[in-house]
Amino acid sequence: MTPPPENPVPASALLILGCPEIPVQQALALHIAFQLRKQGTATHAAGNPAVLNLLKVSDPEKRYLPEMSVLEKCIEEIIEKKRDCDLCIVFAHSDAGITYAATMRHLLPAARLVVIIFGKDPEPLAALADFPCEKIVEKAVHNPMQLKRKMNGVFGWAA
Amino acid sequence: MGCIENLKYEMILPLGASFKECREYVEKNFTEFWYVDPGYKLFDEYIIGLPPIALGIDGAKIVFPYTKPCHGTYLLGIEDADEAERVRKTARKKK
Repeated sequence: MTPPPENPVPASALLILGCPEIPVQQALALHIAFQLRKQGTATHAAGNPAVLNLLKVSDPEKRYLPEMSVLEKCIEEIIEKKRDCDLCIVFAHSDAGITYAATMRHLLPAARLVVIIFGKDPEPLAALADFPCEKIVEKAVHNPMQLKRKMNGVFGWAA
Repeated sequence: MGCIENLKYEMILPLGASFKECREYVEKNFTEFWYVDPGYKLFDEYIIGLPPIALGIDGAKIVFPYTKPCHGTYLLGIEDADEAERVRKTARKKK
């Protein structure tokens, strides 16, 4: 499946990760990184040290996520115009995740912003994201499959 | 954002407050409040949040939301007359 014409393949993408307490996040982050690499998109991931360590362990040769940084450093680089992206994907399973997504909307007005809202009760969180963005909303904690299917559909990735 | 955590702060609203609750609290409980956008520098750190971000001022104390990925948003207060004056000069009154 090819991406919809209104969303051409981005040259660069930024993955913003939340606290790693919900297991599906790390699996889906690597899935996204795999798909983006396959289509030629340079991807940078940002999160707290715990989530970055989980990803480093799962991707020891940095095949999928060669570039990672802590969230604060990444935000600083965006504000100081040292980092930009065409596509920003934010994982949000808490109010803090929505806060980071809103921040990205403000700091990266030209980027396509996709917010993946998941966890035990994602609908109230989705209602908080009242800024311009695409939302992928799914109740998901341990099983990533339904959320993966939705993401594949939104991004035009083959199953 | 380790710098703010090292300052002497007062926790106005604890963990579990949503970002919007923090904004509403500032607007209701402070006669002097200002608005800034994400990326505004406060105490040498970039503040994040849903714009507009409300900052309350009570004398020399600045009250502001502080978000941590694992914990959520806290509303903190820090006494700093110079920083309060800088906010008055650089933030805006209108949302």
